[in-house]
Amino acid sequence: MGALELKGITKRFGATEVIKGVDLRVEDGEFCVFVGPSGCGKSTLLRIIAGLEDASAGDILLDGVRVNDVAPARRELAMVFQSYALYPHLTVRDNMGLALKQAGIGKAEIRAATDKAAQMLALEPLMDRRPAELSGGQRQRVAIGRAIVRTPKLFLFDEPLSNLDAALRVATRIEIARLHRDLGATMIYVTHDQVEAMTLADRIVVLRAGKVEQTGRPMDLYNDPDNLFVAGFIGSPQMNFLNAPALSAPGATLGVRPEHLQVSRSAGAIEGQVSHVEKLGGETLAYVKSALHGLLTLRLFGEHDFIMGETLYLSPEPQRQFHFDAEGLRLRIV
Amino acid sequence: MAHARSHLGRSIAAHAALIAYTVIALFPVFVIVINSFKSRKAIFADPLALPGPGTFDLVGYQTVMKQGDFLLYFQNSMIVTCASLFCVLLFGAMAAFALSEYRFRGNLLMGLYLALGIMIPIRLGTVAILEIMVASGLVNTLTALILVYTAQGLPLSVFILSEFMKSVSDDLKNAGRIDGLSEYAIFFRLVLPLVRPAMATVAVFTMIPIWNDLWFPLILAPAEETKTVTLGAQVFIGQFVTNWNAVLAALSLAILPVLVLYLVFSRQLIRGITAGAVK
Ligand SMILES: Nc1ncnc2c1ncn2[C@@H]1O[C@H](COP(=O)(O)OP(=O)(O)OP(=O)(O)O)[C@@H](O)[C@H]1O
Ligand SMILES: [Mg+2]
Repeated sequence: MGALELKGITKRFGATEVIKGVDLRVEDGEFCVFVGPSGCGKSTLLRIIAGLEDASAGDILLDGVRVNDVAPARRELAMVFQSYALYPHLTVRDNMGLALKQAGIGKAEIRAATDKAAQMLALEPLMDRRPAELSGGQRQRVAIGRAIVRTPKLFLFDEPLSNLDAALRVATRIEIARLHRDLGATMIYVTHDQVEAMTLADRIVVLRAGKVEQTGRPMDLYNDPDNLFVAGFIGSPQMNFLNAPALSAPGATLGVRPEHLQVSRSAGAIEGQVSHVEKLGGETLAYVKSALHGLLTLRLFGEHDFIMGETLYLSPEPQRQFHFDAEGLRLRIV
Repeated sequence: MAHARSHLGRSIAAHAALIAYTVIALFPVFVIVINSFKSRKAIFADPLALPGPGTFDLVGYQTVMKQGDFLLYFQNSMIVTCASLFCVLLFGAMAAFALSEYRFRGNLLMGLYLALGIMIPIRLGTVAILEIMVASGLVNTLTALILVYTAQGLPLSVFILSEFMKSVSDDLKNAGRIDGLSEYAIFFRLVLPLVRPAMATVAVFTMIPIWNDLWFPLILAPAEETKTVTLGAQVFIGQFVTNWNAVLAALSLAILPVLVLYLVFSRQLIRGITAGAVK
């Protein structure tokens, strides 16, 4: 229970087409992450799955049943919003129990369900407070608790961690991963954050301007991107794109990740000057300005010292190069 | 330290300005109230003097009470004001919710049409309104007044409330939908409590003109049993002789109920504002 299938979903707002034909299958129990630039339609797609927006065309199937005309509450899914969206006038307990109450479930059962969810998320001491009396992280945990209580087939998360600070984000991310293991439910998760996407996902769906660019396991997208866009989007810092003809490489663009550039002070394929250095402790990022290729990022393990303006020679590791044609499609050269 | 002192200085200046404004605004009310407790001669001898042992006189209030139906007039005014207020707030909020929440053909036009009434005074339509009321047999009923005042109050109410409702988080409403709340439950249980400050504002702006109106009671419901307070007070104003004691007493009394209503709403208003600030 909990498999989702989208068939040719499109969505128009007036004349503008925001979702342009999305086909997607999310298996039961899978953790699926949607990533993509701002405005590419991630939230819209999630709202269509939830039933909060109607699709202009296409079918949504849950467990093989078409649910286009089923009300959101009857789709047996739960959604966690970026802004928490807790009911301000209800206590934490009532916030979590409202959906069950609306479904006509008995008081004792609601109490048992909310207590169980509270225990999973360590919310017990907060049950009688109102949302205004909670911190941001606590509110987000309550929002997640509200989703758990309903034991839905499908969880939808729309950038749930983006309002939290860095430490809390890590803690909540681990919590969500644990929940996914414990509940075994299907989850669809929208995020801007590379780390969240890479660490949580069984499968990542990269969206761009309302279209699916590529789907795959995190490491497949990282090691084997289908096109320039996915190559640039997955991985941080971003992949370097070099001028291929200047290096007499095939295609129009040569892609190489910052960690796959070898550096030398005497000789190499690309000559450039150091323009900025960022030391992060565990690693060092150097930005090298090259006349032919623009600004390149270099990522080195450990601590390294560079002099500003110093000339460096960079060489892409031969096994780690990606070739793209003029349209940005990957050329797979064996 | 210097910072604290300049802060104090600024707050004194602000308070002085506000107090001055309050004094100016309340002065006419104050004059009406003190003079309503004085004898006729004392009113004209020195209008600004406080009622003293020689000048204190309740004759105005006695006249008003004796004039028979003042209690009934009050009741009529209260019924008309409260019922109109209820309708304006309820229907205004419902229309505002529909306009701000749902995308449908003609949404914008409908919004403009409903807001048009802010600019066009309803009194221009008096003749037509009277004809309608005559035709439907509603002349000399409170219903006629309630209907007219509801129509008069709706445009501003829809306009203000729809702006406020647009600011209620979509996520909250969507969370309600996913939790199985009906659209009515979302409206009454999620959205209305959140726009309570706006409702209080609309209530105050709607209530005062209705309570004070003379025009429509005079035209649509001048009968003895449907007179409102403002219309009732007119019996003391004659073309040649005016019973000032009674007029002032009636006006002083008329302030009371509206003051009470205002206090109720303004408390809501302040509570709404502070609730938002704490969040
Ligand atoms: N109600 C609407 N009416 C018209 N256009 C809309 C509406 N909702 C969204 N859009 C448009 O649809 C596009 C996709 O919006 P959406 O919110 O899905 O983006 P997103 O991928 O979630 O972006 P972000 O990462 O910034 O949240 C945007 O260009 C937006 O302007
Ligand atoms: Mg979004």
